[in-house]
Amino acid sequence: MAVTIAPTPAEERERGGAWSRVSAALWRRPWARATLLLTPPLAWFVLIYLASLVVLLITAFWQINPFTTNIERIWSLSNFQTIFSSPAYRSIILRTVGMAAAVTVTDAVVAFPFAYYMARVASSRTRTILFVMILLPLWASYLAKVYSWLLIFTHNGILDWSLGKVGLGQVHLIYTNWAVFIVFCYLWLPFMITPVYAALERIPASQLEASQDLGARTWRTTRSVILPLALPGIVAGSIFTFSLTLGDYITPLLVGGTSANFIGNIIYTNIGIANNVPFAAAMAMIPIAIMAVYLFCARALGAFEEV
Amino acid sequence: MTTSARALSRSIKTGLLLAGAAVIAAGCGSSGGSQAAGPGAATGTSGLTVPTAHVPVLQKIGKGEGQLNLIAWAGYLNNLWVKPFEKQTGCQVNAKYANTSDEMVALMKNGGGGQYDMVSSSGDADLRILYAGDARPVNINLIPSWKDFFPAFKSPPFNTINGVHYGVSLQWGPNVLMYNKKNFSTPPTSWSVIYNPTYKGQVTVPDNPIQIADAALYLEKTKPSLKITDPYELTQPQFQAAVSLLAGQRPLIEKYWSLASQEIFDFKNGNATVGAGWPYQVSTLKAAHFPIGAVIPTQGATGWADTWMLAAKAPHPNCAYMWMRYISTPKVQAEQAINYGETPDNKLACGFMNQMQPGSCEQYHANAPLAYFHSIALWKTPIATCDNGKPDCVPYAQWVAAWNTQVK
Repeated sequence: MAVTIAPTPAEERERGGAWSRVSAALWRRPWARATLLLTPPLAWFVLIYLASLVVLLITAFWQINPFTTNIERIWSLSNFQTIFSSPAYRSIILRTVGMAAAVTVTDAVVAFPFAYYMARVASSRTRTILFVMILLPLWASYLAKVYSWLLIFTHNGILDWSLGKVGLGQVHLIYTNWAVFIVFCYLWLPFMITPVYAALERIPASQLEASQDLGARTWRTTRSVILPLALPGIVAGSIFTFSLTLGDYITPLLVGGTSANFIGNIIYTNIGIANNVPFAAAMAMIPIAIMAVYLFCARALGAFEEV
Repeated sequence: MTTSARALSRSIKTGLLLAGAAVIAAGCGSSGGSQAAGPGAATGTSGLTVPTAHVPVLQKIGKGEGQLNLIAWAGYLNNLWVKPFEKQTGCQVNAKYANTSDEMVALMKNGGGGQYDMVSSSGDADLRILYAGDARPVNINLIPSWKDFFPAFKSPPFNTINGVHYGVSLQWGPNVLMYNKKNFSTPPTSWSVIYNPTYKGQVTVPDNPIQIADAALYLEKTKPSLKITDPYELTQPQFQAAVSLLAGQRPLIEKYWSLASQEIFDFKNGNATVGAGWPYQVSTLKAAHFPIGAVIPTQGATGWADTWMLAAKAPHPNCAYMWMRYISTPKVQAEQAINYGETPDNKLACGFMNQMQPGSCEQYHANAPLAYFHSIALWKTPIATCDNGKPDCVPYAQWVAAWNTQVK
């Protein structure tokens, strides 16, 4: 019986040549392996994403020639001074933050019972159907959804027509901030339901039983057990609803009225229309600063475990 | 819980720090100007030179490049005249539609130019484009139909500087008062209807700072004490009067439209019954058999005179020259005039218009006397230097700022 002898590591190395030596060297040095693996994505992130963001933010300290709109590289803080000294821009910032907060709270209130039903009450079949219903709108175009709301809200549209039929009169919501609010709540609701559902599903049934065994009724269990355990999920969802509302300009442009200037609209008109990139960059710093604060608070509440 | 409480307090501290930085940032920049568009380095056109003035012009139109990238107003690239051009020349037209003059200026500059060949900009954008160096000289001898243009549009001051052409004039027309005939048994004849509280919640006007000129034009005729002579050259008190007229109009506004299609939607659905618009909206609504009325009120109207300007870095110059040659011919001028509802620059277009649609030459003022031309206040860029040479006028950057912070 012929015996095949396995090659010794030394022989293996010689046969494999350079490749083996490289892989052996990498095996011995974990830091080199990590560097090699992480360099391409990190370079992408730093060069393409962070660098372009920094370039944009640097422009915030420049000006444009008001006649030709060419950028003039003169350093000053006048763009920021304009933003903070003008009551109009201050009220636009407050309006945007207020809208983002209102949309977030509304979505959280609507999403919680819905997610609770999905996670803890519904059969697995119903749950699947509900999931499809939540996720299906995300497949449709954003613009198609906003335009369909325009048709609902318009003068003698479906909403006013139906209300008129049942004798409730007309509400005439088109071109108001109420319309903007409703469309935002509708658009971002799936982004709230999903993380809240994930958080609720993870609560062990034993904890709810323990709560009941200790004499807590439904309301007390919800308040003292379920809500605290679901909070990180709600906060994670609020990151989406808050930041998406903070940056959107198309919905206010289409369904908003005469007071529908939001931070996003100011950035849009300054970049796309007035070609005042420096002022737009200065304005763009504001949602970035607001979101930075928001994310710090969210991290403190443990939201990043749910994202 | 304690760690998260500590993290929370840390994040609040960071927030306070950021807010503090913002306050400091706001306080430090006290030396700059206070206008929204940045400090107004008030510049007139005097003393300015066109950076591209000495760029050599094309001497002979060569073979087409197969593509032509155009920035245009909605309705300016109708298949009726674009398809035959593509067939004749092999230049495929790629359209990018813009909604305001400001957007056209921005698009010509985006990415350092070099993406688009031409823009159909109006008189208020032309000078900004060419003084920024984003347009190049045109050899007008290569455009035979140019000699048939009305004298006012051969070498107008908005596209010809020191005898150098930076494009070829196209068409012109008024911004009209639009109204739903069902709601107005007697047609309105004055711009006063869009400032009248009777029509609260039914008025729609363009979301465009140049709208201040419309208010100034109205005040020029109705408030002689302000002594407005040119709605684009306003001294500070005249400007403030126009802005406060518009601020008072705001509660009546149903929608400041930013897309032509929005105004069409609002008239069709009854959200608006009266407003200011372009002939394009009127002809589109008429084609849909909507009872739309349009009138140039007794106070006159603002208007535009458009030019196909040649981009400084146009990637397809031969196709661009072929387009300028084609779009200036009387038949194409007539087609565009009738379809859009504007006035051609080529005086021979009148005959073609009447052939296509009897009476249209007169309807669209293609044979109108010079007095009609003077009744329209054509868009131009407001600059700090008034016509009398004094630096008393309000420049356009302040118009934008006032529109965004005082009117809207």
